[in-house]
Amino acid sequence: MKFIVSLVLIALLSFAFSLYLPWWSIAVVSFGVPLVIWQKPYLDFIAGFFALLLLWGGLAWYISASNNHLLAEKMAVLVINKNNPFTLITITAFIGALVAGFSAFTGSLLRSIIWKKA
Amino acid sequence: MRVVFFCISLLVTALLIFALGTATWAPLALGNFLSPQHGIWQNAEPAKQSFDAELNFPDLKGNATVYIDERLVPHIIADNDEDAYFIQGYLHAKFRLWQMEFQTYAAAGRISEIVGDVALDYDRAARRKGITYAAENLLKEIEANPITKAEVDNYTAGVNAYIATITESRLPVEYKLLGYVPEKWNNLKTALFVKQMTETLAGFEDDLPMTKALAYFGDAKLRLLFPQIADSLDPVIPKGTIYPEASVHPIPPASKDSLYIQPDTTIVQGKLKEIEKPNPANGSNNWAVSGSKTQSGAPILCNDPHLNLTLPSIWYEIQMITPSMNAYGVSFPGAPGVIIGFNDSIAFGFTSSERDVKDYYAIQFKDETKTQYRFNNDWKNADLRIEEIKIKGKPSVYDTVAYTVFGPVTYDNSFPASAMPGKALAARWKAHDPSNELLLWHYLDRAKNYEDYENALQYFTCPAHNVAFASKSGDIAIWQQGTFPARWNRQGVYVMPGEDSSYMWQTFIPRSENPHILNPARGFISSANQRPADSAYHYFIPGEYDLYRGIEVNRRLAAMNNITPQDMMKLQNDNYNVFAETARPLLLKYINQSSLEGTAFKYLDTIQNWSLKNDVNLIAPTFFTLWFNNLEKQIWDDEFEKAGIDKMHPSQPTLIEALLRDSAFSFIDNINTPQTETIADVINASFIQTVANADSLAAINKLSWGAYKNTTIYHLLKAKVMPFARTGLMIGGGKHVVNATQHDHGPSWRMIVHLTKETEAYVVYPGGQSGNPGSPYYDSFVDKWAAGEYYKAWIMKKGEEGSDRLVWKMIFKKG
Repeated sequence: MKFIVSLVLIALLSFAFSLYLPWWSIAVVSFGVPLVIWQKPYLDFIAGFFALLLLWGGLAWYISASNNHLLAEKMAVLVINKNNPFTLITITAFIGALVAGFSAFTGSLLRSIIWKKA
Repeated sequence: MRVVFFCISLLVTALLIFALGTATWAPLALGNFLSPQHGIWQNAEPAKQSFDAELNFPDLKGNATVYIDERLVPHIIADNDEDAYFIQGYLHAKFRLWQMEFQTYAAAGRISEIVGDVALDYDRAARRKGITYAAENLLKEIEANPITKAEVDNYTAGVNAYIATITESRLPVEYKLLGYVPEKWNNLKTALFVKQMTETLAGFEDDLPMTKALAYFGDAKLRLLFPQIADSLDPVIPKGTIYPEASVHPIPPASKDSLYIQPDTTIVQGKLKEIEKPNPANGSNNWAVSGSKTQSGAPILCNDPHLNLTLPSIWYEIQMITPSMNAYGVSFPGAPGVIIGFNDSIAFGFTSSERDVKDYYAIQFKDETKTQYRFNNDWKNADLRIEEIKIKGKPSVYDTVAYTVFGPVTYDNSFPASAMPGKALAARWKAHDPSNELLLWHYLDRAKNYEDYENALQYFTCPAHNVAFASKSGDIAIWQQGTFPARWNRQGVYVMPGEDSSYMWQTFIPRSENPHILNPARGFISSANQRPADSAYHYFIPGEYDLYRGIEVNRRLAAMNNITPQDMMKLQNDNYNVFAETARPLLLKYINQSSLEGTAFKYLDTIQNWSLKNDVNLIAPTFFTLWFNNLEKQIWDDEFEKAGIDKMHPSQPTLIEALLRDSAFSFIDNINTPQTETIADVINASFIQTVANADSLAAINKLSWGAYKNTTIYHLLKAKVMPFARTGLMIGGGKHVVNATQHDHGPSWRMIVHLTKETEAYVVYPGGQSGNPGSPYYDSFVDKWAAGEYYKAWIMKKGEEGSDRLVWKMIFKKG
């Protein structure tokens, strides 16, 4: 249950923060949530990872689908030299997921050091 | 232990964020670039995007509404002119911000700020051409006139109103790719844009290679190789027109024969390297037919300006309705007004005059400081302008440009190549002189009749154009308009001595003596960048003229009657090649069939049976083009290589006319071989060479004209962003052809205006109204353009606010 709450919270707060703050606010959110909701560090990593995998992947897919993947097709060729918008969506999702996963892991470890339990 | 894990994890996180946040390691700062809420995904415009908006700006004077049709063409209805220009600026910025800013960076020589020192030579050339200096002079005039001052002030305010509202996430995708943000717009940027177009259309000259050629060939031969008038010229103003005696008579300097026409090898030494010059193919077609030749009895005016084909397009279609005007046509993102188009009463179109308005003067500096130069037996102080060129990621580079009585010193021993240790060369360029071209468009957009048009033309000094005109009252006219130096014979063909005032431009040709014609007996006017007048015109007017398009346009228009707009569409898309018509009989005459083998017969047969049309599926246009290019190389390369010139040789019309006149034309012989080549030798040798070229092209399926030409509309960033380009467009035409579509150059706007009581206009351009590669409107007109089809423009009238042609509405209010 904690895992689900943590994941949803990271995703929601990341979305909200990103409306006004730079992209790396997802790292701040992912770092902060484990300080409040206590889990084992590896679970926090997974929560952060999947929160952003779903958020960035979902957003990118939704935006691109409404655009009939017009821009993604061009950008995919430009950035990764592949004519496949879904590869670009996947890369987007993974970048967000990695940053959030490691931030959450770091946050979780910090909390476990400070409060000495896990 | 946990502390160690924590430290490692913190480090990994920090490194990740850092690595994704900079463009140092990856080509892009991927974190921001791919964040769905910040980066490129935000540029993916929904297919069902609504452009409805309600906007409030304190700068507005009244209320205005922009009605947007299904092609995303805005129809501005404003209570006053000021608001209309404000809104035009706003719309240009909303749909085309990146390109308009980028082009002004290019004009000002600031591209290195964006892309780094790869653009340094380009930037130095722009500074040394004095484009910013020209723009400053233009701006002074614009701001000294209350009409144009109000126009640019409001236009600038409109652009800035949009820039102020844009968030980083909504920046055009090019900013995200290159990693920079827009500046505020200002009036100078509009002036820079105008001067960038002036450079494109009136910045061409061949003075350096001609001077180098003079040293090798001498003036007499160069008069033959670069003749002023072609045998088959069909000028803009019909042959036989009588021109009034010249009222001004420039006096050749006493030393002309000894100092100027004499070969001087000290001016351009070493391997010739020129700064970037505009594409000599920049040109256009325009024509108007009078009611006596049309089915409806109303005049029809047509125009298709030939420019580099780019995305986003150089043009933005617009209609502007205010109490003082109702103008429809295309505008330049970057400048106010409708540039090519029509209003309730008249229509107007432009073709470049191709006249030479840029000369170089050899300057003798006292020393390396460039502070003083020899002039009229004295040392004169140069005005030194220190140009700071900022470079992305590196310290600035400073370049000192010396301004002389002629203009800026473009060439010297530090630029463009230190391996070219000739004299310093200063440019005298008409575009540097004060003028206010915006007034031309102010008055044209509002002109009601021929008198208004003629009055508007007085403000057009540079870049000179053939301005076609037609009115609902039935007049058709064309003026070659610009301010041209009155030259003594041969003045400005070569680099001139800059040590005294006798070689300077003495005066200008009075405007009334510019070639023009109103309602000619033949019932049409036309221009296609050919020489404006035959030898009966009294002034010496060198230029980079075209020849064959004009012949074909005039031939066709003369033969036509009961003309409809559909006939005009066919003519604008006509692929008939008059150059090939001229050259083919000669080429075939000397072919020795007995020496041919293999595929050669097939190709010969293709050329013999060719319709002379550069149609997309034919192989004959490809073969003919290659054949003639090979022939040109055989004839010219030997002499021109010896002369040290690799980028200039006589034009194709000059060569074919020389060969038709004289089959023993002396340049046919290859001076590097002991034997004397004949015309048959070079024609057969080039044919056999072409057979080999054609066979290799056929092997990769690139022999058909469409495949060979591979018509491509590049993005302004060219090869760096090929996914933003449109390649492989199957469209015929080419050089010398009315449908002037070359590989990446051609009709950038096609317009046919039928001046019936209710104006009918057919338009298309190779682009789309949005500059965003992520918008369906980015290239939405391209396929129609490539197919040679048109849109019927919806010319909105007041009272049609409820029309079903309207899809979106932007309401602008003061507040």
